[in-house]
Amino acid sequence: MLDRREMMKRAGMAALATGFGSVKALALDTETLPFDNGERPLVKYPQKRTMIGLTSRPPQLETPFSIFNDGPITPNNAFFVRYHLADVPLNIDPDKFTLEIKGKVDHPLKLSLKDIRKLPAVELVAVNQCSGNSRALFSPRVAGGQLGNGAMGNARWHGVPLKTVLDQAGVQQGAKQVTFNGMDGPVSDRTPDFVKALDIDHARDGEVMLAYGMNGEDLPVLNGFPLRLIVPGYYGTYWVKHLNEITVIDSVFDGFWMKSAYRIPDNACHCVEPGTAPTATIPINRFNVRSFITSVADGAKLKPGTTTLKGIAFDGGKGIKEVAVSTDGGKTWTPARLGKDLGKYSFREWKLPVKLTAGAYELKVRATNNAGDTQPADPSWNPPGYMRNVIETVRVTAA
Amino acid sequence: MTRYFFLALLLAVGPANAAPVSYTLPDETAAFKPGPNLDVVQNNCTACHSADYIKTQPQGPKFKKDFWQAEVTKMIKVYGAPIEDADVGKIVDYLAATY
Repeated sequence: MLDRREMMKRAGMAALATGFGSVKALALDTETLPFDNGERPLVKYPQKRTMIGLTSRPPQLETPFSIFNDGPITPNNAFFVRYHLADVPLNIDPDKFTLEIKGKVDHPLKLSLKDIRKLPAVELVAVNQCSGNSRALFSPRVAGGQLGNGAMGNARWHGVPLKTVLDQAGVQQGAKQVTFNGMDGPVSDRTPDFVKALDIDHARDGEVMLAYGMNGEDLPVLNGFPLRLIVPGYYGTYWVKHLNEITVIDSVFDGFWMKSAYRIPDNACHCVEPGTAPTATIPINRFNVRSFITSVADGAKLKPGTTTLKGIAFDGGKGIKEVAVSTDGGKTWTPARLGKDLGKYSFREWKLPVKLTAGAYELKVRATNNAGDTQPADPSWNPPGYMRNVIETVRVTAA
Repeated sequence: MTRYFFLALLLAVGPANAAPVSYTLPDETAAFKPGPNLDVVQNNCTACHSADYIKTQPQGPKFKKDFWQAEVTKMIKVYGAPIEDADVGKIVDYLAATY
């Protein structure tokens, strides 16, 4: 928790500024995202390039969408930031940092960062996507962080398998789940601390990772320095930042952020009739399939002739099998050429040259994964605004 | 190709920096709009989140009193916001009138 003085200091700027009608603004400019009330400040944070500012406290930054056209790896300085609680650790000494592994284990451990770095390292390219990525595009709209499509990113994570440290600690018989807590916390002790849980078999699958490296560098502070959990194929809510406490338990964790928050309807589409409530829910888990056109923006004007469309696709870990593009609003589809395969959890680039004579076009992109899962033509809806994966449409004019 | 070679090089060297890290968050960019009971709103809402969390929520006729009542209730019941009963209505009125 923040002490009161620190809390007031952080809150003070906004409160004071209101009285005088001006804010010591850091906003360089604004960008208007394609939904009602979508104007956002473009902000500059340490270790970050200019980002779309969603909220200052807790810090929430969205990646400008054009970044996704630059390549399949999202640079650290453009990677989105999402915190729930405003007590963000701002002073971190990596030499004093320890990760504690406790609970139903034979040998409780306290590992320093040096200890962790000595363990055999692994690397994995994986997408991290916020559960509420694209929430502001829901219709009807829902409360929550009003994100466009920029709360996702793909990085090469470097660290050790969670399994390695769990084995070292010796998980006891009867263990059911593992909980993860980070150094960030609530402002008030009445707000539930952000703690997440995975089933024990998932935690020990050899893929879930403790990462200290991201794209060949330390993690940026706001992306979880010095250590974060990587849960390939799973929504970002599980990717606990500043991870310093792992507890093995013999029950199903009933903390707020598992039991009440981040729940999705317990049915195949994880959706309900807009405006209604689900009868049963489960914790959010794997990504569904998504794909985007990144090379042209909605409303773009193109020269008639051949244009090479380009974009990205990803899913929860089956891997992308096919990406198809339509230039006639979804009537006919042409398979695109897939780019280099960086692994089943990565963005997969795609490309397709299309010939556009003068006129207006509805460009659409649709991905299918190796399990045959694809994207719906009409958007699905759920009350918290999670898991949007409708076939995306970009309207352009050739003239 | 060049890019991956570069990454591989960096990883081979490995991140060696172990100096303490001190991070400064930029000043907040958003302020509450003027409106009725603004002081009550500032006293109760700004400890946990900045004004932009409110400003960026959906707006329009469907997002007035009922919407904000539900949000304020959520802040109290779910997130433990210490808001006195007498202030709840004032906060909802400000939000519904201002956003």
